[in-house]
Amino acid sequence: MSRGTPTPVASPPSERGPAPRPGDPEITPELVAEHGLTTEEYQRIVDALRRAPTFTELGVFSAMWSEHCGYKNSRPLLRLLPTCAPWVIQGPGENAGVIDVGDGWAIAFKIESHNHPSAVEPYQGAATGMGGILRDIFTMGARPIATLNSLRFGDLDDARVRYLFAGVVKGIGDYGNCVGIPCLGGEVHFDRAYRDNPLVNAMAIGLLRAEELIKGEAKGVGNALMAVGARTGRDGIHGATFASEELSEETEASRPQVQVGDPFTEKLLLEASLELIASGAITGIQDMGAAGLTSSASEMAGRAGNGVEIDVARVPVREPGMTPYEILLSESQERMLVVAERGREDEVRRILGKWELEAAVIGRVTDDGMFRVREEGTVVAEIPAVPLTGGCPTYEREGTESDEVRRLRARDLSEFAAAADGDLSSRLLALLDSPNLASKRWVYQQYDTTVRANSMVRPGGDAGVVRIPGTHRGVAATTDGNGRYCYLHPRRGAAIAVAEAARNLVCVGAVPTAVTNNLNFGSPIKPAVYHQLSEAVLGMAEACRAFEIPVTGGNVSLYNETEGVAIYPTPVIGMVGVVEDLERVCRHAFQHTGDRILLLGTNGAELGGSEYLYRFHDLVGGEPPQLDLQAERRLQQALLAMNRAGILRSAHDCAEGGLACALVEAAVGDGASPVGMDVTLADAIPPVPLLFGESQGRVVVSCPAERVAEVLALAERHGIPCTELGAVGERGGRFRIRAGTSGVDVPVRDLVVAFFGAIPGLMDAPAQVTST
Amino acid sequence: MSGRLVVVTFPGSNCDQDCYHAVELAGGEPSYLWHREHGLAGADAVVLPGGFSYGDYLRAGAIARFSPTMEDVITFARRGGPVLAICNGFQIACEAGLLPGALIRNRTLRFHAFDQHLRVENNETLWTSSYERGQILRMPVAHGEGNYEADRETLDGLDGEGRVLFRYVDAAGRVTEEGNPNGSANAIAGIVNQEGNVMGLMPHPDRAMEAALGSVDGRGIFESLVRHLSAVGAR
Repeated sequence: MSRGTPTPVASPPSERGPAPRPGDPEITPELVAEHGLTTEEYQRIVDALRRAPTFTELGVFSAMWSEHCGYKNSRPLLRLLPTCAPWVIQGPGENAGVIDVGDGWAIAFKIESHNHPSAVEPYQGAATGMGGILRDIFTMGARPIATLNSLRFGDLDDARVRYLFAGVVKGIGDYGNCVGIPCLGGEVHFDRAYRDNPLVNAMAIGLLRAEELIKGEAKGVGNALMAVGARTGRDGIHGATFASEELSEETEASRPQVQVGDPFTEKLLLEASLELIASGAITGIQDMGAAGLTSSASEMAGRAGNGVEIDVARVPVREPGMTPYEILLSESQERMLVVAERGREDEVRRILGKWELEAAVIGRVTDDGMFRVREEGTVVAEIPAVPLTGGCPTYEREGTESDEVRRLRARDLSEFAAAADGDLSSRLLALLDSPNLASKRWVYQQYDTTVRANSMVRPGGDAGVVRIPGTHRGVAATTDGNGRYCYLHPRRGAAIAVAEAARNLVCVGAVPTAVTNNLNFGSPIKPAVYHQLSEAVLGMAEACRAFEIPVTGGNVSLYNETEGVAIYPTPVIGMVGVVEDLERVCRHAFQHTGDRILLLGTNGAELGGSEYLYRFHDLVGGEPPQLDLQAERRLQQALLAMNRAGILRSAHDCAEGGLACALVEAAVGDGASPVGMDVTLADAIPPVPLLFGESQGRVVVSCPAERVAEVLALAERHGIPCTELGAVGERGGRFRIRAGTSGVDVPVRDLVVAFFGAIPGLMDAPAQVTST
Repeated sequence: MSGRLVVVTFPGSNCDQDCYHAVELAGGEPSYLWHREHGLAGADAVVLPGGFSYGDYLRAGAIARFSPTMEDVITFARRGGPVLAICNGFQIACEAGLLPGALIRNRTLRFHAFDQHLRVENNETLWTSSYERGQILRMPVAHGEGNYEADRETLDGLDGEGRVLFRYVDAAGRVTEEGNPNGSANAIAGIVNQEGNVMGLMPHPDRAMEAALGSVDGRGIFESLVRHLSAVGAR
């Protein structure tokens, strides 16, 4: 990229622009580059202002035009996603998406990443991620009712990875537990690709009456802008720009860019905000999240087509001497910007005062479309709001697939498939010992899952379900993604994530309704990464269209690289569904001895991208599983029909670890009363891919013997192959799979020990528990 | 007296609505009271709910005990009024001196949330009359500081006077190391004061009121209390 002009800009003597503040550094090409802006982008700023920016204005543009706020490299791609459906109340562009879930109720939901902060300071990075996503929900007027989280780390044999993993889980737990929102589910994956750049994606869901929706808009000229909640300090300045860079040796020095969370203040802010919204004293509200006051004020102005004028001298600060630049770009946590009806400012103060929080008028809504900042009498920034919020340049780049990926995908796997190691039982036990396939109980037992007394299905199953009080309805939610599949085939991998999420929801008896996505990728400047990003978005769009599920928002996290090496492309799908009748909620575990076990879908000989290959052959390679979107759609409809008919006792998706692991999960349940099982597989497929291959479109169900005919008939009506595999055994019995001449035959108790013991065994070594 | 139960909301309480709902399900009349208000609004009994009052800053419950409403709660308790203190409420009650001992960090130093088995040790109290002695209950626990500790004399007194109402046990109903989720002395999950009118427990009966949510084993506490209040009221 060329480095040429701009020439250093002298103090603008122009009458139109603000004068530089004493002590402001000179605007040089180096300073522009340090702000993460290219020469071309700088020129665009000069064009928008029709003059050179001041130092304060440069900082404002830098934050708003960062990848994190401006979606420079992803916006053209995101336009490809379907966003409309009759039940969508609020699509992308607001703090969170909102959909109608029936009976006059709506839910607001969104997923957001806090990857970079968590890589540097896992506890606070993850905690503040929770804080941010909860604020995005309650600023829509919705009371948070559930959270989920999707996490990626390196392999747990690495001490630093264990430190990051433990810190992130504790950070999420301490924050969410204190605010008092139940965790409903999520996922955790381990792969060396995430060793130095873990992924921390947090999702939240809130409930509101459809008519109570409030938006982040600065409506009503003359209305007051009020800073509410915690005071503004010097923490997190330029966090949005930091999140848009690669991690490096110097990143450790970026620790001050990570903010510190205070969940107690968040809880007060949550209650105060909902009370404020109910009072009608405010017309708009937004979190001061990434890029703080700058983004909240300018975005609220931009959405309403108005301007705003702020006096930084009136912003409550934690320490004296803060410059306008610092106040505008601070990312101190637990702060909100609200627009109060003119004349009702005292009412706002009273409500905040009850919750022991501050509220200060810091400016007004104007009609001139300018984002204007004063420091007492002096104007220090004056920028047209529209180019600031909507004028960020976007880039459509050329993507090319890397040769290495092409080679890996073409890798012949027959040697591994054929390796009919006589002892499949010990293979299965060793596979369950992999943290990727083992129970994540160690994680979710640190999260309060039952607070608010509405959790119908807690973590550990296919999807979580929370009821809507006073109705027969519930909301189901899941997060899914598989970086290995996406690495090997980004388009198919992303489509699989959508398909798996939908499958998880129908397993519990929910109709898949809407998606929020989190796109975690490396640097889009690299053609190989841009290829991954564009292909993944296309795959996601194809699957969402095939299933008629709109995307109502999400988050993009790019530059997930360490020392130039990118993570696996990891699009994470957060999907919500509606349970129309809570009586019909279905669980993943076998329920009754003697029930028949059936498989919906077709077994394949597909080992590509599997956990089996990673665990035993240290290989991420081969063709990831094929995906037939129309067959998936029919499978979803078949399962929902079976659910409505009330004939299933359990339903469980086949995912990582294949059919064998899906059967194990159904047999061991939550570990309290595991059951044996006797299953025969008649497919002409070698045992290894048959048991451990990860073919898509499969669900294991169980039903009473007298219901088998109905299950088979409904499957046939929907054009879904359905095979009776065997029967549920005695409590504590043997777990048997016959596959040709070989098979698995172990006491279910051994599976329980392996499945629930793997992660505690790695994390709770005596040296880590004892401390004095 | 009838069944007017006041649920005190401190800044950071987050199980106040769970307790409110539980009182309703047990047939009592719940109402909320903000922690700054005086007078206890004509309460027949008081519930100190779970949560993170004042963010657990300093120590769990250490700041909430100074809330204006707590002065009234202490007076109410000294006069024999029933006070049910759950989870963070238990921590506040210990800090306020309404119950002996203290709740320190869990043995693992981690927050734990799961279903836990309890054994009813004494059913001859106003809190446990709906249960059988020795009955095994299952209800959620969710806490980081639930490890009950007291000096030897206090522990002996609690045991000797039948003031341990609930003990942590395994699924088979035995007191074991494994069945004790947080390291509490003598596997203590819930106790009463000497007069029997203040009960504190770490597990959440308020979240075990409905079969749809996995357990109805918490109903007995709320129902015993409501029955006691109506019996007292009928006298």
